[in-house]
Amino acid sequence: MPYNPMLVAPMRADMTRMGARELLTAADVDAALGDARGTTLVFVNSVCGCAAGNARPALAHALRHGVKPDQVVTVFAGQDLEATARARQYFADYQPSSPSMALLKDGEVVHFVHRHQIEGRPPESVAADLTNAFDRHCGAAV
Amino acid sequence: MSGHVFHPGHEELHGVTVVVTGRSGRTYVGRYHEHGDRGLVMHDVAIHEPDAEPARDAWLERQQRFGVRVDQRHLIVPTAEVGEIRRLGALAS
Repeated sequence: MPYNPMLVAPMRADMTRMGARELLTAADVDAALGDARGTTLVFVNSVCGCAAGNARPALAHALRHGVKPDQVVTVFAGQDLEATARARQYFADYQPSSPSMALLKDGEVVHFVHRHQIEGRPPESVAADLTNAFDRHCGAAV
Repeated sequence: MSGHVFHPGHEELHGVTVVVTGRSGRTYVGRYHEHGDRGLVMHDVAIHEPDAEPARDAWLERQQRFGVRVDQRHLIVPTAEVGEIRRLGALAS
């Protein structure tokens, strides 16, 4: 059962404040990911303070890096059920967890951050992994 | 940035994905909830049997890379079965 929307509003605001676009329906997800070219970071948000409390600041930190994905979108696990289920179809090789992050390039998953790779790590450490992935996959080819 | 925690006051490993080495030879990977009189309570647990293929190390590597493939949503591992407990994220990949 989803949490009270008022309780999760600050967690949604964290995401939009850093420039992520919320995908609230399956149609939103398909519009964003369906035939996406370039790079997209999908953040699966979560109420869980054990990991999401670090994951959101980590992504915010990483997005201040010079190289970053063309678009950043987010679905909220346990809240926006339809959108989350549809988003996970785009990275179906990976078991669902939340929070988690998938970096897609031309529709293919090129980097995935599971919940267990976030737990107990400071945001700066998770952000460093993300920016390394951004450098590898989001930079211009030379 | 909100660091909201909905469940404060729990054990350090609460909510953390751990690898539990069972004295039976089984291995359990899942989220640690609490360890009390009932045993170790875990959520979203993958279980590896001692003789199963792939072997334990390869199986663990797969859980790390592709995420935990859940066999049991909720599981209580008896305390007598609980051996070493390590964070999945801390294992060398």
